[in-house]
This record gives sequence, C-alpha cells and structure tokens, in this order.
Amino acid sequence: MAGGEERVLRRRIRSVQSTKKITRAMELIAATRVVKAQQRAADARPYSEQITEVIQHLSQAGAGREHPLLRQAESLDKVAFVVITSDRGLAGAYNTSVIRAAERDLMGVQSEGADYSLILVGKKAASYFGFRRYRIDAEFTGMSDTPRYEDARQVAEVVTGAFVDGDVDQVRLVYTRFLSAATQRVVVRRFMPLQAVAETREGELRADYEYEPSPAVIFERLLPRYAEARLFAAMLDAAASEHASRQRAMKAATDNAEELITKLSRQMNRARQESITTEIMEIVGGAEAMSQR
Amino acid sequence: MTLQVELVSPEQVLYSGEAHMVIARTTDGEIAFMTGHAPFIGSLGIGAVTIRTSEGDDVKAAVHEGFVEVADNRVTVLSDVAELVGDIDASRARRALEGLERQGDLEDAEAEAALRRARLRMELAGG
Repeated sequence: MAGGEERVLRRRIRSVQSTKKITRAMELIAATRVVKAQQRAADARPYSEQITEVIQHLSQAGAGREHPLLRQAESLDKVAFVVITSDRGLAGAYNTSVIRAAERDLMGVQSEGADYSLILVGKKAASYFGFRRYRIDAEFTGMSDTPRYEDARQVAEVVTGAFVDGDVDQVRLVYTRFLSAATQRVVVRRFMPLQAVAETREGELRADYEYEPSPAVIFERLLPRYAEARLFAAMLDAAASEHASRQRAMKAATDNAEELITKLSRQMNRARQESITTEIMEIVGGAEAMSQR
Repeated sequence: MTLQVELVSPEQVLYSGEAHMVIARTTDGEIAFMTGHAPFIGSLGIGAVTIRTSEGDDVKAAVHEGFVEVADNRVTVLSDVAELVGDIDASRARRALEGLERQGDLEDAEAEAALRRARLRMELAGG
C-alpha cells in the first residue's frame, strides 16, 4: 500500500534534515574563522612590510648582493615546490585546485628535464602526492588551519637549507591567495632566490643610514627572517582561503539539502494524499456495497 | 616633537604610539634614540627595549633578536620573538630558567641563547 512509500520518504527527509543541520553549523563556524584568519593576516602585514622596507634600504646601500639566498643558478636542475593545502576536507575545490596547479607546474619542470622536490604543508597534499608515489622531501601537518609564526619558521628552515646547500636551484610556492571573501586564487610564485633588490624609484633615494653592525651583517641576519615572513604571509592567506572555501562549500551543501527537503516533502504529501484518497474510495465502495444488500 | 614608535612581531603589532625616547640593545651595545636621530638600521641582540612615552612612563619589552630602523622620527622595532612585560609569564619564565640552570654547562649556542632569554624575561618580569 501507499503508506509504505510515505514512511520511506519521511525517513529520508529526516536524514537530509540532520545533514543540513551539520552543514549549516560547519558553514557558520567557517564564517567566523574566515574573519579571524583575515584578522591574523592583517596583523601580520606590518611586520612583512617593514622588513621589506628595511631590506630595500639595505640593498640601496649596496649590501649583500652575494647572499646565498639571492643566488641565481645558471641552469635549473632542480626545482622545489612548497605546496600549501589544508589538513581537513569538505572545503570544496580548495585542495584540488592547489594540488592540480602544483602538479601541472611540476610536470612542466620535468618536461624541461629538471628534477623536482616536494615540500608539502597539509594532509591533503601529503596523501595526494604520497598515493601517486611522488618523492616527498618534507611534509608538515597540523599547522595549516591556524598557522603560527613558529610553523612558518620550521618550513622555511627546510626550504632555506635545501636552497643554500645548492640542492635545489629554485623554490616555488603554490598556495591560494585570499583576494576577498568571495575570490581566492591559486598562485604559483617564485619564492627563492629571493628578490630583495627593488628598483629605486626616482627621487626616493634616502638619506644615508647609519648601520650597526655593518650593512652586510645586518642583511645576512635579515634575509632569513624575510623568507620566513613571506612564507608566513602565504600560509595565513592560505588559511583564510581554506575557511572561505569551506564556508562556500557548506553553504552550497545546506542550500542543496533545503531544496531536497522541499522536493521530498512534496513527494511525501502527494503519497499521503494518494493513500488517503484510496482509503476513502475503499470506505465509500464498502459502504455502497453494504447498502445495496 | 615626539617619536613615532612601533614594536612589531610577525603575528601582530605589539605597541604603537608616541614616545620621547627609545632604548634598545644592538649587537654592539646599548643605544638610545630621541627625536632628530640620524637614519639608522641596527641588528638587535637579546635584550630589553624600553620605550619612554611622552607622559614619562616606561613600556618595556623583551626582544630576542630583531632589527631596528630609525628614520624621520619614526622608530620601528622588528622582532620575530618579542613580548611586552605585561605578557611575560613570570612563573613559566622562572621554571624555564631553573631548568636551564640545572642543566649546568651549556655546550651549544642555542642553549646559551635560551638561558639568556630566560634571564631577560625574569629580569623584566621582576620575579
């Protein structure tokens, strides 16, 4: 009888409803975390801006053109990729886009006959490249959600080490830039050699600075910090993007669930109506039969 | 005329405001900045940075290496590890210091730096 169908539908609606509750909660959580992550990125900006400024002043003074972090290799024999993804899924295409961009670039490097090195941040990148048997040189997990400066330092240490030792000739950073709450874009950026020497703008040649100790020594200490700050900024951007993607994905899921519920309840109501109609018909038919007797 | 001072760590701006004088410790020794100081870039060691505000109060911070830039009456202190005195956990610093002192001889530079950091924290926290 039709009552069975009604029961099945009711059960489905209930299950969709509870899923909706979960996705809705995740959406709200992600929304607050986007704001927090954005705030963290904004808080970190003064430091990296200032450090960039100091570096420019130093390089205008002609300091440290020979620093190992600025070394331009004559030929690219090995390129390292720092891929920043998240530890957790349910963030729509967030991880897939980063991973795909990284893999595409990596294949480009390989087709030019150069070797690669992978430094992965986030479980998602680690499992993707691990499953496909790529050679992974370092992986960091448990930091991509709310990266701390200490985390960036750890990653930077590995990267800097490989670059300074001459093991890799270039380091590229693959991450998602947070442009606004609605737009995030995956970018592949050259990270090392560092570009510290900005062109001097006309009429902006500054007064002579005093240095203590010498410009070269300061420069040498400053560059690694600069690398860390840049990596930290990228990680913060990636974290904000992750939460924004998750929010969007969960909103879509909630909307879908809502739509599904409307559709299913319509079906259920029709089924109920049908069964009621059938019942009435039966009763009427029965009564008719009785009265004719 | 006052100095515009900013104390910046990678995660946030710790202090921003006007000051009368800033005292810091570079790798070569102590240095103080007042208005009209010549443009200066220096590398900081492990030491205290004292910001004497226009009202005459002292704002102290423990700075574990970093950089200072001075130009146009603006003083910017950059440090990857810096704490304002109020943020220092004195009991934690004491435990760290005791732990390090118990270890006795410090063979590597890292342990020695850790000891100096702990001492600085204790000194500033007044514990």
